[in-house]
Amino acid sequence: MSRAALLVLADGRFPAGGHAHSGGAEPAVTQGRIRDADDLAAFCRGRLHTAGLTAAALAAAAAHGLDPLALDEAADARTPSPALRATARKLGRQMMRAARATWPSPELDALATARPRGAHQPVVLGLTARTAGLGPEDAAHCVAYETVSGPATAVVRLLSLDPFHATAVLARLAPELDEVAAQAAEAARHGIDALPAASAPLLDITAEAHAAWPVRLFAS
Amino acid sequence: MSVRATARLRAEPDGRGSTALPLLESAGPLALRRTRSPLPEHARVTVVGAMSAPLNGDRLAIEAEAADGARLTVDAAAATVALPGPSTDTGSSTYAIHVNVGEGATLYWLPEQLVSSHGSDLHQTTRIELAPTARLLLREEQILGRHGEPTGALTTRLTVHRAGRPLLDQQLAYGPGAPGGWDGPAVLGGHRAVGQLFLADPSFEDAPLPARLLGPTAALTPLAGPAVLVTAVAADARLLREILDGALHELLDGLKADTGNS
Repeated sequence: MSRAALLVLADGRFPAGGHAHSGGAEPAVTQGRIRDADDLAAFCRGRLHTAGLTAAALAAAAAHGLDPLALDEAADARTPSPALRATARKLGRQMMRAARATWPSPELDALATARPRGAHQPVVLGLTARTAGLGPEDAAHCVAYETVSGPATAVVRLLSLDPFHATAVLARLAPELDEVAAQAAEAARHGIDALPAASAPLLDITAEAHAAWPVRLFAS
Repeated sequence: MSVRATARLRAEPDGRGSTALPLLESAGPLALRRTRSPLPEHARVTVVGAMSAPLNGDRLAIEAEAADGARLTVDAAAATVALPGPSTDTGSSTYAIHVNVGEGATLYWLPEQLVSSHGSDLHQTTRIELAPTARLLLREEQILGRHGEPTGALTTRLTVHRAGRPLLDQQLAYGPGAPGGWDGPAVLGGHRAVGQLFLADPSFEDAPLPARLLGPTAALTPLAGPAVLVTAVAADARLLREILDGALHELLDGLKADTGNS
């Protein structure tokens, strides 16, 4: 595996559109559930161990070589919110475009053809990692990190939080990010039925509220 | 002394427009009683807790089947309270619910709340297999702690397959030993009652319901397949039930209107 390929894929500047999404942080800020760096840490930790673990395991499974269409269906079953399904597919479509330009492969072409409107983003990311010669745990790390870096970046803008404090939140989560990535990769080794389905009720509920806002800073 | 018990029931059409219960087998603390159903075509089974359960270390299970064309309601006489039990080294308890709903069959699975008392440690799993034309209405409510006490450890997993394909898979984990952030702003935000109301109905295939908010802490969402899920959090069991009851009556009225039109 190439360590540099992992950096390219995990880079926030990888042109896959993630910067437009707050990962549920925008409604949490508006509702007063995130007011400072401590709240941000609690938010990120909760998201990491629920939606983050679930997404990381889907990515690890795709990187491992499990059927991406079956994984896409498993992702649908794990995403009761239609707003979040739409977001995941939109991000998947954008990731697919960037991935096929960066690491072209017949596997990516096949998934793009089967899901022209986009597969769930973690599945696309996992397959991209596989194409780039990365392993399941690498893919899981990427997704786990995105799960927390998105909200942290968003909260810097939404609350004018000190970027140093936001980055410190991410750095302190590093051991848990490693844990979640390892857990996700381990689950992926045991097949699709063993994948976790951890979920966060408030993220599902507020995603629907947020999608209906007429004016918002972030797409999700 | 921990308990291992599996209760079983099977409902099938009785050939006279109602539903028979050829299998109704209580086990350990899970006593099953046939009770009078307000819906004439439904058989109704009420789970009556015959003793305090589950205690840590117990292994409880219910296996239920609504055969093709059957109409069955399963409810409960009281909330299920997970308790720590007499000794501290018994490990966690499990409560496994396995349900099959056949072609053209209807199952209302409406138990009372699951209360996680301080010191308890319960893993509940609900696995449901639906035939393509099956209907299922299911409610689950998790109450974290009895009044004013800290919660026990509780994990639940709800997995629904329809025609062998995944329709819903959802796992929740709360309390001591749960991964960090479970009580934080992404997951519960300090709420102590969490509930799901799930309705699968083949009519949603052609006419899916739109997503809708049911107040600030609840949403009705159409799944990718022909089903809807209501997800709600609330301060306590009573407020949670109000939200879910409102959604339940609305959903059932909607189905009745559908049947009336066809």
